[in-house]
Formats: sequence, structure tokens, C-alpha cells
Amino acid sequence: MSSLTKNTLAGLREILTRGDASSVEITQDYLAEISARRDLNTFITVTQDDALASAKVADQIRAAGQASLTTGLPIAHKDLFCTKGILTSCGSKMLSNFISPYDAEVVSKFKNAGFVMLGKLNMDEFAMGSSNETSHFGPVKNPWSPTHVPGGSSGGSAAAVAARLTPLATATDTGGSIRQPAAFTGTSGLKPTYGRVSRFGMIAFASSLDQGGLIAQTAEDLAIGMQIISGHDNKDSTSALIEVPNYESLLNDSIRGLTIGLPDEFFDSRLDTRMQSQIEEVIRIFTSLGANTVSVSLTHVAEAIPAYYVIAPAEASSNLSRFDGVRFGYRAEKPIDLTDLYERSRGEGFGSEVKRRILIGTYALSEGYFDAYYKKAQQIRRLIKQDFDRAFSLCDLLLSPTTPSTAFALGEKSDDPVAMYLEDIYTIATNLAGLPGGSFQAGLIDGLPAGYQLTGPAFSESKILNAAHKVQQATDWHTHYPEEIRNV
Amino acid sequence: MSLSGADIQCVAKLARLRLTEAETTSTLSQLNSILTMIDSMQAVITEGVAPLAHPLELTQVLRIDEVTEENAREAYQKTAPAIKDGLYLVPRVLE
Repeated sequence: MSSLTKNTLAGLREILTRGDASSVEITQDYLAEISARRDLNTFITVTQDDALASAKVADQIRAAGQASLTTGLPIAHKDLFCTKGILTSCGSKMLSNFISPYDAEVVSKFKNAGFVMLGKLNMDEFAMGSSNETSHFGPVKNPWSPTHVPGGSSGGSAAAVAARLTPLATATDTGGSIRQPAAFTGTSGLKPTYGRVSRFGMIAFASSLDQGGLIAQTAEDLAIGMQIISGHDNKDSTSALIEVPNYESLLNDSIRGLTIGLPDEFFDSRLDTRMQSQIEEVIRIFTSLGANTVSVSLTHVAEAIPAYYVIAPAEASSNLSRFDGVRFGYRAEKPIDLTDLYERSRGEGFGSEVKRRILIGTYALSEGYFDAYYKKAQQIRRLIKQDFDRAFSLCDLLLSPTTPSTAFALGEKSDDPVAMYLEDIYTIATNLAGLPGGSFQAGLIDGLPAGYQLTGPAFSESKILNAAHKVQQATDWHTHYPEEIRNV
Repeated sequence: MSLSGADIQCVAKLARLRLTEAETTSTLSQLNSILTMIDSMQAVITEGVAPLAHPLELTQVLRIDEVTEENAREAYQKTAPAIKDGLYLVPRVLE
């Protein structure tokens, strides 16, 4: 691996500022690494020519003395964010021919900040999955072990950062799709508060749960990226008109006196004992930095999974009705009539997990079942939010494992949707309540990464990043990367 | 509550989703195990609890009512499977 690509985003920023390397040199090194690691299947599209052209422009801007702090830094986008003139597939056959006519707001913001896009990252189809195995473009492999999944749905984003193929990746999280893959790949991931980041140009899965965020090596790098993407957007009326703090300047605040809540329900007998001891080590570090811990209860958290698997598919069945073979996307050949065109375009264009969720959602919303499913799930959603409100009256942040165990093997759960859904036990309630959550490195178990999760009250991203940064300064877990890469 | 093959076909029709015979069979057992998992929420007492539709109960921000979009019909239709004279083509609906 080149010496440039092992840097963090903050490291590359320093290199560019000092003039030790140009953006073109950095971009070339990443493109070479991406090409050398095609086996991981992290990228659906590599935008080599565009990347080199924008790196060249970035270098000219820098030479003219007009560079911002982020001019010329590399990034890659999850293939769920629309990118003008570039394939935006959402991991689906349905959109395998879709060249987006516009940029997502998040993509525009990175462009305007001078970032160089390396390409588009693999993902579970329409972000529905926890293993990146539902992608039309094939599974992504975990850089720590090619026989293991990288998690999902942002599996390409997480694996690319872990393999040092990009220092920063966009990602999205509807039920854990940023945090779980971050945990499985030994990276740092932040799912912001619902409304913190514009969803304009993000291909919708479940609109009351979806939130765009980031995966990087460190909390510091996440802070740099969050500064760029946070804030209200006129084009997304659900984006919040709430002031954006300076994330980077708050990273080094003391966490002495910070109260960390440990939810009883997340530390019960189902938790893998080795995962538990890693998390206990994280707690010990927090305590040594002056934080206090308190036991809290999230009484209804067990019902988060069933409630989620009503609400998310219901919203998905509605959102995905736009894919009809008429205006864009896949169209079945030789339809005999309009209904046949709709039914076969959708039947052939969607993969099996997407179809399952559309069917569940359609069923839950159908006449006679609405109260038993959708309304019930929304009532439970209220109870879960109240649980969090109560917990945050006793503590500043909640700490738990991100996942019950480390990455599972490819194929291990792909035939059992319920087992796959239960993977999200620690992450899913956060989305129902719209709260921010981050996953950060917690060492290795048998050579595979473990992650711990911090969840905070709405709009407390700076507190989460601050706490995680302090732990990263006291540990070296975030500096580990797969042996295979180290030896190249 | 357990679904039959006929139920699946009916829901698939509502969702405008063509399923093959083989897909219907494999989907049936998976959907039923998902519904069993979902049914566990019926044990929660929710009487009098107001449904929560959206995580942030904030007032939506309204923009000024003015035209901001330019006509990008050609750009949007570039991605369409079949167009003619600026119209989307579909199989004949009316004889």
C-alpha cells in the first residue's frame, strides 16, 4: 500500500496544506489501490477520469492560493446518492441503467467543498440488507477476511474505508446500515439525527427513518465531513433548521463528568461473552477519562425489530412504487399491456429481499390490517422514543455493543431473513426515535473487528464525536487495518 | 396469522409485482416467518398511546412559494426506456 493511502482524512489535509503531495498524486494512489483490490468488490463504478480531472482543478486552485481546507481531498459515495451524469444504481438491476440527471445535496456539498470523487460504492439493493449480499453487483468482501461479510447496507462504504481505498465514504442508515458495517470492518461511522443532513437526491427506502451519514477511520475525520454535509436544505423540508456546531473544535473537550448510560436490555445473556469483555474495556477507558456510568432501561427495545419490520417495509412499498418501467430504470421486454409492463418490470427488476419487503409493506397497509400492523407499530415507536427520553434524563450518551457478535460468514444468514433482521437488535431503535448514533472501533476478536455504539439525544453529534475522539486518543484500535493490506 | 399462496398472489397483485410459481413458494415460508416475528408486537399494551409517524415532531420548514426549478424535461427523459415527441411511451391502454 502506498504511504499516502494509509493516511486519515485529517492527515491528507495536512499533507495537502504543507504541499508534501498534490491532489493528483493522492488521487492516483487511491485509484491504483482501488484497481489492485477489485477482489473486494467495493466499487460499482470507479470515476477515474473525472477524479483525475477534478484533482487537477483542485491543484490549480491551491496553486492560485484559493484552496479551502478540504480542496482536493478524496471521497467515494454510496451508490444510493444521485450523481449527475454517473450511474446511480442503488445496488439494483432496476437502476442498473440509471444515469442520474442531478446531484444529491450531499454530493453537491462535497463537490463545492473541493472534494474529489473516486467513484460509487457497492451496497445492498435499495439499502435493504445487513450483509451486502443482496446487491445486484455481487457481495462485498470484508477486507479482514474474504469469507466474511462487511455488513450492510453500506458494506461497500465500510469495506472501502477499511481497505484504505478511500479516506471518507458517504453512507446511509435506515436501521443500522452505517453503524453495523462500521463495526464489522473496524471503521468509525456516524448516523446523524434524522433531519441533520439533507435527504435530497438520496434514493428513498423508508422516508421517516433514512438518514445520510459517513464512514471514515476516525471520529476526527467524521467531524470534518459532518461540517460539510450538516444543515438545512430548502429542497428537503424534513431537514432541520437548527444551528450546526463546529464539530472539529469540540472534539477535544474534556469528557470528565460525562454520564454514560448502559441499557440493561443490551447487556443481557444474549450478548457474546467476548464482545461483552471488549465493551467492558471501552467502559474502563471512558471511566479512566473521567466519565461516569449509570444503568438505564429501554423497556420496549425488544419490540423495535417487529415495529421496524412493519414501518420500514410499509414506507418502502410506497416509495418503490415509483419504479414502474415507464419513466426511468429497468423495463421488461415485449409487455402485452400496461399491467404486464408494471408487473414484469418490477418482478424482473427487483431482487428477492426487495420483493419480500414490498410484499410485507403492501400487506401491512392493506384494508383490514392497518390497525393491527401499521398503527400498532407506530404506537410502539412512540413508546421506544419515550424510553430514550427517560434514559437521557439520567445520562448524556448511551453505550452498547454495535452488534451482538463480529462479522458473520458469507452465506451464513442469506436464506433466513428473520435471522438477518435480528442482526440489527442494537441499532434499529435509534432510527425509530430519529436519534444520532455512532459506531467506533473496540479492538479485535479472533482477528475480526468489534465495535461499540454511542447514541445521544437529538442533535448531539458533537458530543458523540467528542467522546469517541477522546477514546481514540487513548487507544490504538482505530489504527489497526487488515494484515493483508499491511503486508503489501 | 398465516398467509396462503393465494394471499401472496393477491398482495403481489396489489403491489404490481409479478412472482413466478417458484418465487411464490419460497416467499411463502419466509413471509410467514417474518409475520410470526412481527406478531410478537401484539403482546405490547398500547391502549391510549398516540401513534408516532415521524421521529422529529418539528414544524416543517416551508420555503417561499416561488418558481425555482427550470424545465429539465429533456434531461429527465434521457433516462426513460421509451419516449416519443416528449411523451413517455407505454403499451396501448385505449382501443
